Amino acid sequence: MSKDNQVLEELTSKEYEHGWTTNFETDSAPKGLNEDIIRFISSKKNEPEWLLEWRLKAYRQWTKMKEPKWPNVTYPEINYQDVIYYSAPKQSAKAKKLEDVDPELIKTFEKLGISLTEQKRLTGVAVDAVIDSVSVATTFKETLGELGIIFCSFSEAVQKHPDLIKKYMGSVVPVNDNYFAALNSAVFTDGSFCYIPKGVRCPMELSTYFRINAANTGQFERTLIVADEGSYVSYLEGCTAPQRDENQLHAAVVEIYAMKDATVKYSTVQNWYPGDKEGKGGIYNFVTKRGLCFGDNSKISWTQVETGSAITWKYPSCVLKGDNSSGEFYSVAVTNNYQQADTGTKMIHIGRNTKSRIVSKGISAGHSQNSYRGQVHIMKRATGARNFSQCDSLLMGDKCGAHTFPYIDVENPSAKIEHEATTSKIGEDQIFYCLQRGIDEESAVALIVNGYAKEVLNQLPMEFAVEAQKLLALTLEGSVG
Amino acid sequence: MSVLTTDKNITTQIASFIKQKVNVDADPIRKEALEDFERLGIPHAKHEEYKYTPIARVLEKNFSFTPSPASGPIGSIDQFFIKGIDADTIVFIDGVFSKDHSKISSSDVKVLNLKEAIDSKNEIALQHFGKYADFRNDSLSAWNRAAWTEGVFIHVADKVSVAKPVIIYHITNATDGEVTAFNRNLFVVGKSAQVTIIEKYDSTGKANHFSNFVTEVVVNENAGFEHYSIQNDQNNRFQRNLTQIYQKNSSRVNTYTFTLNGKFYRNNLNLILDGEGIESHMYGLYLLNGDTLADNHTVVDHMKPNSFSNELYKGILDDSSKGVFNGKIYVRPQAQKTNAYQNNRNVLLTDTASINTKPQLEIWADDVKCSHGCTTGQIDEEALFYLQSRGINKDTARAMMLYAFAGDVVDHVPNEKMKEYIDALISDRLHKDF
Repeated sequence: MSKDNQVLEELTSKEYEHGWTTNFETDSAPKGLNEDIIRFISSKKNEPEWLLEWRLKAYRQWTKMKEPKWPNVTYPEINYQDVIYYSAPKQSAKAKKLEDVDPELIKTFEKLGISLTEQKRLTGVAVDAVIDSVSVATTFKETLGELGIIFCSFSEAVQKHPDLIKKYMGSVVPVNDNYFAALNSAVFTDGSFCYIPKGVRCPMELSTYFRINAANTGQFERTLIVADEGSYVSYLEGCTAPQRDENQLHAAVVEIYAMKDATVKYSTVQNWYPGDKEGKGGIYNFVTKRGLCFGDNSKISWTQVETGSAITWKYPSCVLKGDNSSGEFYSVAVTNNYQQADTGTKMIHIGRNTKSRIVSKGISAGHSQNSYRGQVHIMKRATGARNFSQCDSLLMGDKCGAHTFPYIDVENPSAKIEHEATTSKIGEDQIFYCLQRGIDEESAVALIVNGYAKEVLNQLPMEFAVEAQKLLALTLEGSVG
Repeated sequence: MSVLTTDKNITTQIASFIKQKVNVDADPIRKEALEDFERLGIPHAKHEEYKYTPIARVLEKNFSFTPSPASGPIGSIDQFFIKGIDADTIVFIDGVFSKDHSKISSSDVKVLNLKEAIDSKNEIALQHFGKYADFRNDSLSAWNRAAWTEGVFIHVADKVSVAKPVIIYHITNATDGEVTAFNRNLFVVGKSAQVTIIEKYDSTGKANHFSNFVTEVVVNENAGFEHYSIQNDQNNRFQRNLTQIYQKNSSRVNTYTFTLNGKFYRNNLNLILDGEGIESHMYGLYLLNGDTLADNHTVVDHMKPNSFSNELYKGILDDSSKGVFNGKIYVRPQAQKTNAYQNNRNVLLTDTASINTKPQLEIWADDVKCSHGCTTGQIDEEALFYLQSRGINKDTARAMMLYAFAGDVVDHVPNEKMKEYIDALISDRLHKDF
């Protein structure tokens, strides 16, 4: 019995795994936000004039906008002047080869289980590693280059492929889309850019790994994926941050542009530092993600496993413009302790015979609040549109809350829309059954939750799925009993 | 949480209209309500609760809110009565109680003019009046609270089961200009008592008419309450209703809302389940054509453990009609073992009809079973073809299918006579207008 207790104790006191920090020299901008800071960032990155103009325009827009108050989350007001908008690990020059990268940085990523040294990699996953504000290394560039695939950091793309950036940046998420998108557009520092040429099926998973390291900084990165006609790409995104008492801001923008017959699959395992048991610290994750199915028969699929962040505010969406295009959204959002999540999706059906599918699984434990907010909008022209949505919530304990806010707007009679949602708790009979078979309560909960989330986890690439399952169990530890 | 965006013009216009009609300064309750109304203002389209229902624009466009000449005598009103049903009737014409037409024969139920009941210090009326409907955050309720002059107070004593339903006819005579009415009702159902109240809205005349009604209902322990709302009016009827029902332990409430004809409806139906072992059912059906807009906003608030609520709303939308549905279910932290279900189903018949639905669950308790579902679709072509291949012409086949779709709701009406009446109404409308 005492041993059992000990195990439980150990498990419940287990905290955020990636809470450590690395010490390396950084180069940062002074705190605060004004036009000079934006000029500073722009000149640091040696950006062309048009991009600076673009940033300044976004900044001016932003100053006119108000922070959204509609999400079902509460947090103290953010002082935007108290954030460092640019912080980069000091490097003599952008490393050409991996060997030139600061060993401290490579170690950081190895500690996270991400190898930047290509030879050691068994499975083919190309990684773009982003620390604080800048991308530090991108792997497998040459292999991809042979197929004509461009996969590099955003700043590199600005220098090398300005035409593509000019054409597609802001085409899916316009500068003035929302408060945080405007902020990001003004101060974004780096991110990933990916272009898949016509008819190419990307042979490996592309991945960006985000790590916030420095204190008091905000991370503002932009990801832009352009999939040309008939191409295919699967993209992964992971994130972690050190454990700190103050809240840090993360406001990213992800844009996906899919042309005719293209397929893009975007998976996220979000594990920013969620704050401690009392709800102190943690990342504010205010992200705008949107995909545009521009061409006919194109497809965009979002899969997300949200376990971290003190506050999540995120709605990966699909604009289904091309005829027969389809959008998918699979999500597991877990909140524990004092975490708050307001997440969901938007499916905007514009083209004919467009299809969308939403599967959202929310799990709330501790004192957390978990909301699903989604919109399915069938426009007049979207004849034959089809949508299926399912959003389930699982509650563990009586101090947490689960909320659903689905909006369904239909303007075309031929559309078929189904929406269903349920809220329940883990059945006592299910737990009892496991106990009876010698599975302790903690593992039983993990087992049941994994079963509950299976439909979504199945959508993840294999490596991620394993990580996600572990994460689920870890986040929920100590939430029963 | 919500950002209030108001339309200043229409708000000031209405406020001065209220001041002309009633002496606001003489009554602190009205004065306070008017201040609330002016502070909140008529919600603009940016307001979350009125996102799809542009009430400010609609009122501005269609109403002058100036005192209009008194309507001339109304002709026969028998045509509006529900035939073949033995009931006590209360008639309001242009929002004013008409003694001549009303007929209360049953002694089980106490019916009073609400204003007289309050003026004469009726204990029960004073105890409950104005306690339930929110006017601090709802400008239209504040408007009603400041401006109401007429209304009915119905009290059913403990352990009394009222055999005959009470029918309230709201008849508007809009022959001589725009008519506005702001009635307020209060129904109190005593412990272990039972009553059925039917409200029906009708009008004559070509002018626009708008009503903003607030009804508060208190259903005490073990009591039963059935409420029908039949909105089958002319296409110059604009209406906003708030029905706020407060339920105590083991009470049962069934509500039926039929929206068939009219121009603009906004029905707010709020059920507060402040007790254990409560059972509540809400049924709604809207058959819309032309450019009618019908907006049903419902709230079920589970405050205590072990209660059950169920909601079924169905809609058929033709021409360029617009349907809006918002169903909220709240389950408070202590309301364990709650079962709450909600369902909204719609059929769109044309390209120009639209539906905006938002079923919303907010749950803070863990041991609950809650679900909601909503669907939007069209008539199944194959089923239609099947009927046609059996020699039924297309229009009849279509009406048959829609009738079956609507039948789900009508089937739940317990009173046989009412069921027949509503059934005939719907069947007639489906064959004629759809």
